[in-house]
Amino acid sequence: MKRPTLLALQLAVGLVMLLVWHVLTTVPIGGRKLLDPFFFSTPLDVLARVWKDFYAGTIWRHLGITLLETVLAFVFGSVGGIVFGFVFARGELIAAVFDPYIKAANALPRVVLAPIFALWFGLGIWSKVALGFTLVFFIVFFNVYQGVREVSPTILANARMLGMNERQLLRHVYWPAALTWMFSSLHTAVGFALVGAVVGEYLGSAAGLGYKIHEAESVFDVTGVFAGMMILAVFVIVIDAVVTAIEKRLLVWRPGTQSTTTQG
Amino acid sequence: MEKALAAPPAIALRGVSISFRLAEGGAYDAVARSDLAVAPGEFVAIVGPTGCGKSTLLNVAAGLLAPSTGQADIFGVRLAGLNAKAGYLFQQDALMPWKTALDNVAVALEPRGVSRAAALARAREWLARVGLSAFVDRYPHMLSGGQRKRVALAQTLIRDPEILLMDEPFGPLDAQTRQIMGNLLLDLWSRDRKAVMFVTHDLEEAIALADRVVVMSAGPVATIVGDFPVGLGRPRDIAEIRTEPDFHAIHKAIWATLRGEVQRAYARGEGRTA
Repeated sequence: MKRPTLLALQLAVGLVMLLVWHVLTTVPIGGRKLLDPFFFSTPLDVLARVWKDFYAGTIWRHLGITLLETVLAFVFGSVGGIVFGFVFARGELIAAVFDPYIKAANALPRVVLAPIFALWFGLGIWSKVALGFTLVFFIVFFNVYQGVREVSPTILANARMLGMNERQLLRHVYWPAALTWMFSSLHTAVGFALVGAVVGEYLGSAAGLGYKIHEAESVFDVTGVFAGMMILAVFVIVIDAVVTAIEKRLLVWRPGTQSTTTQG
Repeated sequence: MEKALAAPPAIALRGVSISFRLAEGGAYDAVARSDLAVAPGEFVAIVGPTGCGKSTLLNVAAGLLAPSTGQADIFGVRLAGLNAKAGYLFQQDALMPWKTALDNVAVALEPRGVSRAAALARAREWLARVGLSAFVDRYPHMLSGGQRKRVALAQTLIRDPEILLMDEPFGPLDAQTRQIMGNLLLDLWSRDRKAVMFVTHDLEEAIALADRVVVMSAGPVATIVGDFPVGLGRPRDIAEIRTEPDFHAIHKAIWATLRGEVQRAYARGEGRTA
């Protein structure tokens, strides 16, 4: 399908959803509105609120803080995941000894950590970064671990026959292999970094999108909640597009990502 | 052949046997006491039915696999660890998919301490030599199977190894491409005549390429059951040489031995891999 056609269809789906929402909340059907605007707001109110937030400029600060938390959580989580992924994949004993602890830590619902982090790191951005870190770390860790362990034995044997030492193997074989796996989880990892930031803000903070939503909820301002969610949704789409662009650049060698790499 | 007699063989497998421990207990004896010598500059092909342990024997010469008994001597020195004097051409794709053809070849010189600029220049030369000048910036998945083999050949030969180990390198290719690759290999080999150990299940390919064809018996407990010199002249064209009467005579003689082994392998259910 051509890109413009696809885009038009995607937009159409969004418009239809908004239209259904609009009709159900504003047009009386059989004597009454099917959805009470008090509980569901209306699309026009929500859009007006979004517009107001941006027009007044108040939202930028919150967006900026959420973005900062997301980026920090992603960067720290990825670096930690890569380092530990490599160490565990190359060290059988360490991996075996720590296995139950890693599994236990990963199985722990992160939300229960949020209050602890708020106590340790305060109500500023670092408690949110910590929460995002715990989510991103494990995704990247498991992927890098897998990636390093599942390097094709033929490629590895070939590289060794070419005379590569451990350091060269790391650079030319293990690292690119792990990177592939990491990138396959990049979308998930970025998403979780954002989840960590927003949930952290929601549970205790004075700024950020999560805080905005929580603030609106606590005064039954449903329009405010929906406006916050809508901004969050667009924010996620933008971040995801950025990730896709980075991925395309770095994984040109992968089959399926066929592009103009043959010139030169 | 006087030189070969005076100098120690490039590869000498002495009493090599290999058994694998099975997961369910016990052991699988893949190869039983085998002796094989490859003189410097000699092209030796090893043929045998599927699952006879040809590749296993090759891996011992490469140092990728330690024999259960016996030893491998490389130019008279007992092999411990990887065989640094050997280049290995694998049956499966062994190129790094994240590197272009050029980088795949150039990286082979990095362990030698060659500067990156010099390595790239020499990699371009080698890619030209295997006929891939126009494809240096392609990633492996953008190349055909034959082109990938050419890159692999350049990657192996750029290091100028004294020994070439080849594990059914042209196995996955179609018939025409195999012939072209075979001629390319002979052409490159004839320039400096490295010692070659070439594993294949294709007897015609073996005769067309090699100075000597070694036949292995059906596994398990495979051994070397035949050793046939190939008295065909060089240079050869591996498509044309198949029509010569001498070729047929040699083929007939080797097939008489190989045939029985192939039939035995089938009778045993051929499913095992080497």
